Amino acid sequence: MRPLNVNIEGIIEESPSTRTFVFDHCFEAAEPGQFVMVWARGVDEVPMGLSSRNSITVQKVGEATSKLFELKIGDSFGLRGPYGHGFTLPSPGEKVLIVAGGVGVAPLAPYAEACQASGAEVRTILGARSASELVFKERFSEAGLLDITTDDGTEGTKGFVTMILEGLDASEYGKIAVCGPEPMMAAVFNVLKGKGEVERAEFSLHRYFKCAIGVCGACCLDPYGLRVCKDGPVFSGEQLLDSEFGKYTRDASGRRVKI
Amino acid sequence: MYSLTGLELKNPTILAAGVLGTTGASLRRVALEGGAGAVVSKSIGPEPKKGHPNPSMIKLDCGFLNAMGLPNPSYSEFKGELEIARTAAAVPVVASIFGGSAEEFAEVAEGLLPGKPDAFELNVSCPHAEGYGAAVGSNPCLVEAITARVKEVSDLPVWVKLTPNVSDITAIGKAAEAGGADAVVAINTVKGMAIDIESGYPILGNRSGGLSGPAVKPVAVKCVYDLYAALEVPVIGVGGVSTWEDAVEMIMAGASAVQVGSAVYERLDVFSEISAGIETFLGRKGYGDVKDIIGLAHERV
Ligand SMILES: Cc1cc2nc3c(=O)[nH]c(=O)nc-3n(C[C@H](O)[C@H](O)[C@H](O)COP(=O)(O)OP(=O)(O)OC[C@H]3O[C@@H](n4cnc5c(N)ncnc54)[C@H](O)[C@@H]3O)c2cc1C
Ligand SMILES: Cc1cc2nc3c(=O)[nH]c(=O)nc-3n(C[C@H](O)[C@H](O)[C@H](O)COP(=O)(O)O)c2cc1C
Ligand code: FES
Repeated sequence: MRPLNVNIEGIIEESPSTRTFVFDHCFEAAEPGQFVMVWARGVDEVPMGLSSRNSITVQKVGEATSKLFELKIGDSFGLRGPYGHGFTLPSPGEKVLIVAGGVGVAPLAPYAEACQASGAEVRTILGARSASELVFKERFSEAGLLDITTDDGTEGTKGFVTMILEGLDASEYGKIAVCGPEPMMAAVFNVLKGKGEVERAEFSLHRYFKCAIGVCGACCLDPYGLRVCKDGPVFSGEQLLDSEFGKYTRDASGRRVKI
Repeated sequence: MYSLTGLELKNPTILAAGVLGTTGASLRRVALEGGAGAVVSKSIGPEPKKGHPNPSMIKLDCGFLNAMGLPNPSYSEFKGELEIARTAAAVPVVASIFGGSAEEFAEVAEGLLPGKPDAFELNVSCPHAEGYGAAVGSNPCLVEAITARVKEVSDLPVWVKLTPNVSDITAIGKAAEAGGADAVVAINTVKGMAIDIESGYPILGNRSGGLSGPAVKPVAVKCVYDLYAALEVPVIGVGGVSTWEDAVEMIMAGASAVQVGSAVYERLDVFSEISAGIETFLGRKGYGDVKDIIGLAHERV
């Protein structure tokens, strides 16, 4: 598809470095965990999870995201998608555990809401560097139980999401959904592996995307060549066992870079 | 088994360069799960290259438009990936290479030899990388010199991939043949562009790029047809092949084998499907072998 033109209808300051852009196009059929390619014209096009059917939630890190931060209500940008596979929805009554770190909240907030709507019981562990960087606290707490951790202890438990996770009986949860920076996801992966529960957990991965439609090969994972843009971005723990996940990624040229 | 320039292909369908070819693991996946008879890597150059900014590829109604900009990790990093592909793919692995001069092509080819590729494909045809690709490939003297130089540094078969963005593709094909090419591959993408009318911006980060997929098939069929008539060496057909019917058409135009690129968008096992379809067709029509229909259209006058 060619990029759709979307107009910004609202901008929400979520944290000092994170903003939600609400736009005038609704992706009715989007699954939580699917992503869109966001085109900041004249600069770059980058992947973003849908934080709702008509919004993206962006952390400012570099050129394209800074360009997005310059946009005002009424401005427009390009969007392709939604692409990829999202998180698996639970059955009614099932218990769901969500582990969200940093801007990994973007695809997980709509997942928490979809789980609640389908009659599942939701519990979220939300982690950030400090209190001011916690995003979507309200959305997660309205969808179910919420535990908070911050690296500096400014809110909730001081430390990492894994500190809460270690104390939980993971076998109670029919679905476990994880998204955040890769070192955090790798730590969660290892804790769940230790509990013998990692195979069915789901992780949303981040790799450098170019085409985003499964053709160019920029985003392939070792050792099976799974494409993060098309076969993912959400993968089961089983698919990630003995893979490059948590060890290395690749830059835009395809060179390996340590995580 | 199907032999082509001394290589034993599992079947006459080959993964085209630049598609799912950046890592050894994905090349292996296309061979094992996709059923390709051979695979060609992403085009590899002398230095790591990030490629053009995104959008670098979009799907149009008639095909695909891309301007990747030859992103690659350089030969020194890629030789390890080649080795991974070689050890597990169980089909020939062809290294696509590019450079700005005959010397650079030779440097890249030699640098990849430790990864043990089965053949080289010379990309003298990328329409959207400055100073490389088609900038080189529209000059017959350069194409001949590059081909000859790569033949000098290794004994491996050398395929030369041609651009359709020239007035006479056979002149470039003949130059490749004169330089010692074992086969030519046609075509690379056709120059193209798309503009976002809401904003006026060209969509591709590089502003323009190359068209592939169904839209270019008739262009490719004509190029293959002309090259078959003009050359002695085999022609490998590529451009818009996504079904066995497309492949048979390409073969009847003169292709000894087909490459498939963009069609992996629909499904990875497009290779198994095409090769099975070709077999069924040959059986139904009473042909003994793919070789019986190569260039058949030239006999029908
Ligand atoms: C499936 C997926 C979903 C994502 N969802 C979100 C989200 O909801 N919110 C959010 O803030 N961020 C999200 N990201 C990360 C986001 O894409 C990067 O932060 C963004 O690309 C940075 O661009 P930049 O130009 O501002 O930074 P740059 O300075 O260009 O790069 C900074 C870092 O961003 C990453 N990056 C840059 N370009 C790309 C690209 N084309 N593909 C992948 N990564 C890239 C690289 O890791 C790079 O090191 C997601 C990434 C993926 C793969
Ligand atoms: C995303 C993409 C990347 C490509 N990269 C290369 C490349 O690195 N080297 C090359 O020789 N051709 C490259 N090509 C061209 C293809 O190998 C092929 O010649 C062309 O796409 C036509 O075939 P198709 O219609 O089956 O895709 C690329 C094509 C696409 C779509
Ligand atoms: S980004 Fe091109 S295959 Fe995933």
